[in-house]
Amino acid sequence: MSATTKTRTAAEGRTASKPAQASAAARLLGDRRLPVLVTAGLFLAMYIGGLSRYQNYGFGEPQVFLNLFIDNSYLLVAAVGATFVIMSGGIDLSVGSLIGFTTMFTAWLVERQGLPLMLVIPLALGVGAFGGFLMGYVIHNFEIQPFIVTLAGLFLFRGLCLVISKESISISDSTVSSMAQTRVSLGLGELSIGAIVALVVLAAAFYILHYTRFGRRVYAIGGNEQSALLMGLPLGGTKIAVYTVSGFCSALAGLLFMLYIQSGDPLHAVGMELDAIAAVVIGGTLLTGGSGYVLGTLFGVLVLGLIKSIIQFEGTLSSWWTKIATGVLLCAFILIQRAMTARKQT
Amino acid sequence: MSTPAVTTPSRWRALTHHHLFWPVAVLIALLLVNVPFTPDFFAIRMTDGHLYGSLVSIVLFGSPLILVAVGMTLVIATGGIDLSVGAVVAITGALTCSYISDQADQNALSAVFLAMGIGLVAAVVCGLWNGFLVARMGIQPIIATLIIMVAGRGVAQLITDGQIITINSEPYKLIGGGYWLTLPFSIFVVAAVVAVTVALTRRTALGLLVESVGGNAEASRLVGIRSRRIKIMVYMFCALCAGIAGLMISSNTSAADGNNAGLWIELDAILAVVIGGTSLLGGRFSIGGTVIGALVIQTLTTTIYTIGVPTQTNLVFKAAVVIVVCLLQSPKFRAKVFGAKGARTTAPAEPATPADAAPKMEVSR
Repeated sequence: MSATTKTRTAAEGRTASKPAQASAAARLLGDRRLPVLVTAGLFLAMYIGGLSRYQNYGFGEPQVFLNLFIDNSYLLVAAVGATFVIMSGGIDLSVGSLIGFTTMFTAWLVERQGLPLMLVIPLALGVGAFGGFLMGYVIHNFEIQPFIVTLAGLFLFRGLCLVISKESISISDSTVSSMAQTRVSLGLGELSIGAIVALVVLAAAFYILHYTRFGRRVYAIGGNEQSALLMGLPLGGTKIAVYTVSGFCSALAGLLFMLYIQSGDPLHAVGMELDAIAAVVIGGTLLTGGSGYVLGTLFGVLVLGLIKSIIQFEGTLSSWWTKIATGVLLCAFILIQRAMTARKQT
Repeated sequence: MSTPAVTTPSRWRALTHHHLFWPVAVLIALLLVNVPFTPDFFAIRMTDGHLYGSLVSIVLFGSPLILVAVGMTLVIATGGIDLSVGAVVAITGALTCSYISDQADQNALSAVFLAMGIGLVAAVVCGLWNGFLVARMGIQPIIATLIIMVAGRGVAQLITDGQIITINSEPYKLIGGGYWLTLPFSIFVVAAVVAVTVALTRRTALGLLVESVGGNAEASRLVGIRSRRIKIMVYMFCALCAGIAGLMISSNTSAADGNNAGLWIELDAILAVVIGGTSLLGGRFSIGGTVIGALVIQTLTTTIYTIGVPTQTNLVFKAAVVIVVCLLQSPKFRAKVFGAKGARTTAPAEPATPADAAPKMEVSR
């Protein structure tokens, strides 16, 4: 992790030191990697800051770093799904409620209906993907803003949660608890199954977005829908697929969340779509679409996670500082993005 | 709203084409649904000199939503959107209640007014910030307002120190929970705000300017409209409305809850605006439509309670309404479902419902 950060900051240094002094800053500002570099740098700075401040409390232990992945595995998966949507120029507000619905749905099927977990998992993923597909279908075919359609999705899934049960269902299934407790040793520390799944999803998304035809299409549509259409790209198919991916990722995030919390609750993950969107934006993906990196999303999630653990280590700060810090970061990165796009236009 | 006087054969046509026809029809239908379940639904009785009844309570509980939605209408008319209103509701309530709770005498009028002033100023500052980001920095509204949406609740919790601050102030209680002239006081507040808004936008050129900015900000700037200033003003107005709603909500419960006050009200407000026939793309707007839209949402909630459907299905119903309303407003959906004839007449006029009736309406006003 830190290796990639170093090479990237080194690349930043090279760009900045190129001869034409006047345009060096301009070029740096125009570099599409800039937000990702800033986020990575910020993460590094925060981590070093944390090290110097809480060294005696064990902040430097590798496990603290690995816990960032364990504690934010579901957010990472949800944010990766949101990256697809935002990259295509859309937005998905249903993420949080779909996560909540998945925890409720699986808990209900496993605990109340007695279905085996191995059957419930594909079922839940299928429901999530189908939900995303439906929203994408409506967005594309009836030309209604994604904002409104996914808002309806938000209401629908949160409502369905409550229809299943008003109270939370705790999961005592042995498979779930054994899966939740499984730790994979990495030498320096250990990772949970959820964290590994999240990293696999991240790798898959990286491959899909940067090395496949589908990924190109997502970028092209986000860049300019009209041009993409004129080039003959399958606009509808790609758009629907993007929302399906997001729905699938949300459902998967819901499963990870269920594994992490070991219960289903109708109020799980309220507002998590905002965390996911914030992670994507802080990770440097343009909310207008067409530009960004899925690795940036990873850094976005890590920065958000680090804020939380620093607040925990600080001890005296209260949880709402997380929200304020997230908002401030969001603001800073939106302004950076704005400066970049302003440069590009002139 | 006065129906334009037209010759007899086309009167029905003029009525059905009026931009408020469908929202009003939906509202009436929803109200009628209640009658079989609660026969005295429309009955209003007098107790202790106060009017009670389902209709009164719909307006009472819908008041904050109407306020927020009216502000949101103008923002949407300029082609924007304001996601931060829920957080602004929470901040205003938190500031006002924490100031009042610090007073030795919570019933002192001057202190209550000062507290409300502090809360409303904070709200307007939030609006100024949103407007600054949107109009000056050129950031997409949905993103610019996302900042306060995320951070605002944190700020509200910071103000209340994470607690739910309860107060005991009689004068403050009046705004959201008190009665005046036999009616809930909040109805008068809402009526005043709506009247001022309508007067400003329909009796002066302001409404036209807002619509032209929403129609095409660049073009309106070129003809000499200060579109940036209009946008900033609109965001400030929207935040002010949200602030008043925040006062109302915290006054009604006599408490400030940074975490839950006004939760999801931005979504309900946007929904109310859409139901009221204002296009999310900006341009023409209808304050009357928004008020009716907000009443539709509140009636829907009340109906779900009175019919005896488990309250938790509330959100599912709401989702269904969002989908149906949006599908009906989508020209493409109408073209597909109602056939090619519908497609020809509706496709060119994009925001079909308002566009048909609006020119007549402006003459009549």
